[in-house]
Amino acid sequence: MSEIIVAIMLLGGASFMLLAAIGILRLPDLPTRMHASTKAGAMGAMFTMAGVAIYFGDGVVVARAIAIIIFILITAPIAAHVIGRAGYFMGTPLWEGTVKDELRDQYDEETHKLYSGFEPGPESMIPPDNGGGKRKD
Amino acid sequence: MNPLIINIVYMMLSAALLFAFIRLTRGPSLADRVVALELIASIVVGYVGVYAISTGVSSMLDVAIVIALTAFLAAIGFARFLERGGRRDE
Repeated sequence: MSEIIVAIMLLGGASFMLLAAIGILRLPDLPTRMHASTKAGAMGAMFTMAGVAIYFGDGVVVARAIAIIIFILITAPIAAHVIGRAGYFMGTPLWEGTVKDELRDQYDEETHKLYSGFEPGPESMIPPDNGGGKRKD
Repeated sequence: MNPLIINIVYMMLSAALLFAFIRLTRGPSLADRVVALELIASIVVGYVGVYAISTGVSSMLDVAIVIALTAFLAAIGFARFLERGGRRDE
């Protein structure tokens, strides 16, 4: 019985990762590629680790597999956010079929400022800095 | 574990690795390559998990932990490098 569950987990995880790879190969621009790769890739790795946990069934291995799952679950969105932000700021061209780009009005390419749209006046704008993470967005 | 299923999973993961590698070599911008590297690391984590099942060596999970950790740190470092202004056009 657990053999069948492990087989389903492994096949499901491999299918997710194959889908992610096909998406990263076929899709037209950076955000859509990340849309395919980050979610489905993390999901595939998590499925595979769940299969490992079920297959061994030992306390130590299960704890390690759950630690990997939680780690991937936490870090995959952070990495995707940071890469997507850097890719947008680099000026990566979007797909010509893009219908909405809400950051275009908020981001100043020369000064590298990102406005939230709620500033009371031009003096109290966000201070310019070049690092990531400290800016309000 | 049934070797047929293990082989099928290995083949699917190898195809995924190949596709991600094609994007890594072709990718027009550096951010595309970083995304492909991230996906490759995630696929390799899956590989290591399947290898642990097929050989029965559960210590392989430590390798998976280390690969996931270094992939995350590499992604963060690359993103900071890109935002601080690396080479923009490759």
